[in-house]
Amino acid sequence: MPGEVPGTDLLVKLQMPSNPEALCLVRATLERATELLHFQEAQSRAIVRSVDEALANVIRHAYQGKSGLPIEVTCRRVRVNRDGTPVTGLEILMEDSGVALDPAKLKGRALDEVRPGGLGLHFMRQSMDEVEFSHENGKNQLRMVKYIGPAAAPEPEGE
Amino acid sequence: MNIAARASDGFTILDISGDIDLAHSPQMRKALITEIKEKKIPKVFLNLKNVRYIDSSGIASLVEGLKASRDTGSRLILYSLSTSVREVMQLSRLQKIFEIFDDEQQALAS
Repeated sequence: MPGEVPGTDLLVKLQMPSNPEALCLVRATLERATELLHFQEAQSRAIVRSVDEALANVIRHAYQGKSGLPIEVTCRRVRVNRDGTPVTGLEILMEDSGVALDPAKLKGRALDEVRPGGLGLHFMRQSMDEVEFSHENGKNQLRMVKYIGPAAAPEPEGE
Repeated sequence: MNIAARASDGFTILDISGDIDLAHSPQMRKALITEIKEKKIPKVFLNLKNVRYIDSSGIASLVEGLKASRDTGSRLILYSLSTSVREVMQLSRLQKIFEIFDDEQQALAS
């Protein structure tokens, strides 16, 4: 909205174990977070899918299928100016202490290959506006952002 | 996720409901491989109407089922795709490699 100051608000911070059974809990939380920010349903599903795929990659690759290891997911509402237009978005930060990811494997695979696997990264890159991987202080970090866009519904009163 | 099997003469229908994610896709893969490779059912139908969510591991299980059906000369047929399944199929550009029908009637008539 005009005159709004760029910034971030913490929405929720989750700590989950690297157990596949915990994924449904994070998906449910993300779904509610996207409702709070008035994302359209298709965008909401895309965000939930991206986070779920990213967490599945952490469990399968960074933690090599070992359960009970820590993953942190932080969701923030971000307000930025894009091309002079103020927009609101949802920023998701994920952090794990698993094996450092190989940058060569972060490109996704060609879609004309009909084989199992390798689709998760493709889903994330296709669905989110920003996807950034990094490795700092012995931790893998992933930052993803999805912007609502100027035509989205207004924020609830009182926020 | 829940899988309910309806067996008939020459085909099996698997009614799948819930979330097909990293926790549950192995269960679906096992069900598909059992019907296709072990029982050698000529036609295996997957009713995906009540699938709330599917991830890439679920899609990978479907691809494995499809490959098994091609190996054994059987057919794996999907129908009544939920919104989530349809979106992920389109994202992965795999919808053209599967036999997909709008509903059970059309699928059974194929």
